[in-house]
Amino acid sequence: MPTNTLNGRSFEVDEEGFFTDSSQWSPELATDLAALIGVELDEAHLAPIRFMREDAAANGPTPTLRRLQAVGGFDIKELYRLYPGKPAKKMSWLAGLRKPVGCV
Amino acid sequence: MSSLLILGAGTAGTMAANMLRDKLDPSWSITVVDRDDDHVYQPGLLFVPFWMKPDRVVKDRRSFLKEGVTYLRREIAKVDPAAHRVDLVGGDHLGYDWLIIASGSRARTDLVPGMADGALFRTKVHDFYTLEGAVALHEALDNFTEGRILVHLAELPIKCPVAPLEFTFLVEDYFRKKGIRHKVDITYVTPLDGAFTKPVSSKAFGSLLTDRSVRLAADFTVERIDNEKQQLIGYDGRALPFDLLVTIPPHTGAQFVIDSGLGDEGGFIPVDKHTLRADVSGRIFVLGDASNIPASKAGSVAHFATEVFIDNFLAAIEGKPLPNAFDGHANCFIESGRGQAMLIDFNYDTEPLPGMYPAPLVGPMTLLKPSRINHVGKLAFEQMYWRILLPGHKMPVPALMSMAGKKAVNGSTPAAASAPAAR
Ligand SMILES: Cc1cc2nc3c(=O)[nH]c(=O)nc-3n(C[C@H](O)[C@H](O)[C@H](O)COP(=O)(O)OP(=O)(O)OC[C@H]3O[C@@H](n4cnc5c(N)ncnc54)[C@H](O)[C@@H]3O)c2cc1C
Repeated sequence: MPTNTLNGRSFEVDEEGFFTDSSQWSPELATDLAALIGVELDEAHLAPIRFMREDAAANGPTPTLRRLQAVGGFDIKELYRLYPGKPAKKMSWLAGLRKPVGCV
Repeated sequence: MSSLLILGAGTAGTMAANMLRDKLDPSWSITVVDRDDDHVYQPGLLFVPFWMKPDRVVKDRRSFLKEGVTYLRREIAKVDPAAHRVDLVGGDHLGYDWLIIASGSRARTDLVPGMADGALFRTKVHDFYTLEGAVALHEALDNFTEGRILVHLAELPIKCPVAPLEFTFLVEDYFRKKGIRHKVDITYVTPLDGAFTKPVSSKAFGSLLTDRSVRLAADFTVERIDNEKQQLIGYDGRALPFDLLVTIPPHTGAQFVIDSGLGDEGGFIPVDKHTLRADVSGRIFVLGDASNIPASKAGSVAHFATEVFIDNFLAAIEGKPLPNAFDGHANCFIESGRGQAMLIDFNYDTEPLPGMYPAPLVGPMTLLKPSRINHVGKLAFEQMYWRILLPGHKMPVPALMSMAGKKAVNGSTPAAASAPAAR
């Protein structure tokens, strides 16, 4: 597994750059990662990330957009506004979680 | 005298009833409930739009249930696990000592705005996951002479996640044979970032799409269908025009599961993925598509899981520890057009790999590569389904996955320095 280092903090990632160990995540690291994709982590951006981390810690898999909508109460359109293009991937990356796939 | 109640007489419910009838003491009652008598061979729905006659895929459920299994044609309304009670639509209820939920999953054309409620539904907007849908699509393909076709997968999980790709390869071949392939533009639209979920197979399927001149629109999450403009609209603002849209809608579990509060956000019932025992009650097991196990929603998974489940159930009713652990084994043929098919064989921990699959009787089959023999295998499965699988006879393949013949693929993608995927 490759290791990434950002501003002195190291974390293990998979081939696509997603965290393999979510315990290596920290809010500060997320802020620095967000800057790399041009996102400033304000409260609106942080709320879904917090939900994703809590949900994944409790249930295992990275929650899908549908789960963010159905269980977390987030509006998908709004998530696209906050994280343009690929919100599910961007958010799971920033949350220090695996890429969400739904099941095979 | 104890009672076993099975909800759903599809692939998993029928198999479980028949296998357990042989194993349980005759003093046990086994009752199976389903809403109608029509057992649909769902893998056949892939072929109905092209050549398979609709009546070939439907048979009477009752003729596949063993003597000693009671069948009840009723609509299930609700399950109350604490009271060991199942309510039926119309007011009656059933009690049980042990419950198997095998109510499958449903393609929900009502969940995408502009799909079932749109003016173009079943004329230019089609699904083939129901018999009516597959029949309507047959007619649409018959009449299609030129233009843009989108084959669209809304989200996962869906039944048989390779079926949309298979449809794409078959529709390409269909227009090639008709001699009008050059007038038909085909795009495969998926919420995934490639042709499939797992890296090695995603590459194999992706290059086959390229070979067949099928475009790929990846990372596409559908917001709605614009019936007026004939466009598929994504949340990211992309608008894909179509003359024919073939869509695989989102899936959920059965309505009674949702109404009973037993499901997750998709209406799939949380279980232990190795024993299929419901989290909510030790007296409930969930077989087939109805559970939340991280495996394909496929008949092959239902079959392997049910085989592994039988001994667990026999132990559970004696209060003993469960001896078997299901590994998520799936085995799927993938029609690739040109009279060929591919094969993938995988489980919870091992992604689909290339190599050879040692198949008894017919000899080794190629994994992840089109071959004639795989296509023959896919077609032969229809008879195996009705004659061996449903009656609960032993299939000539092992229930747990084996690495025999598989080639490990190392480091298919080089290490990424940062997070290109997320950018
Ligand atoms: C187009 C297509 C192609 C496929 N191809 C393949 C393939 O090649 N290989 C493969 O392995 N799998 C394939 N599958 C998937 C396979 O058919 C399913 O995974 C399998 O049938 C699941 O079995 P099940 O018993 O869980 O559900 P089902 O067989 O769907 O049975 C569920 C039953 O529950 C009943 N039910 C639900 N709710 C109620 C209620 N409220 N009251 C009464 N009854 C109810 C339904 O009527 C139904 O009979 C395909 C599926 C489709 C749609």
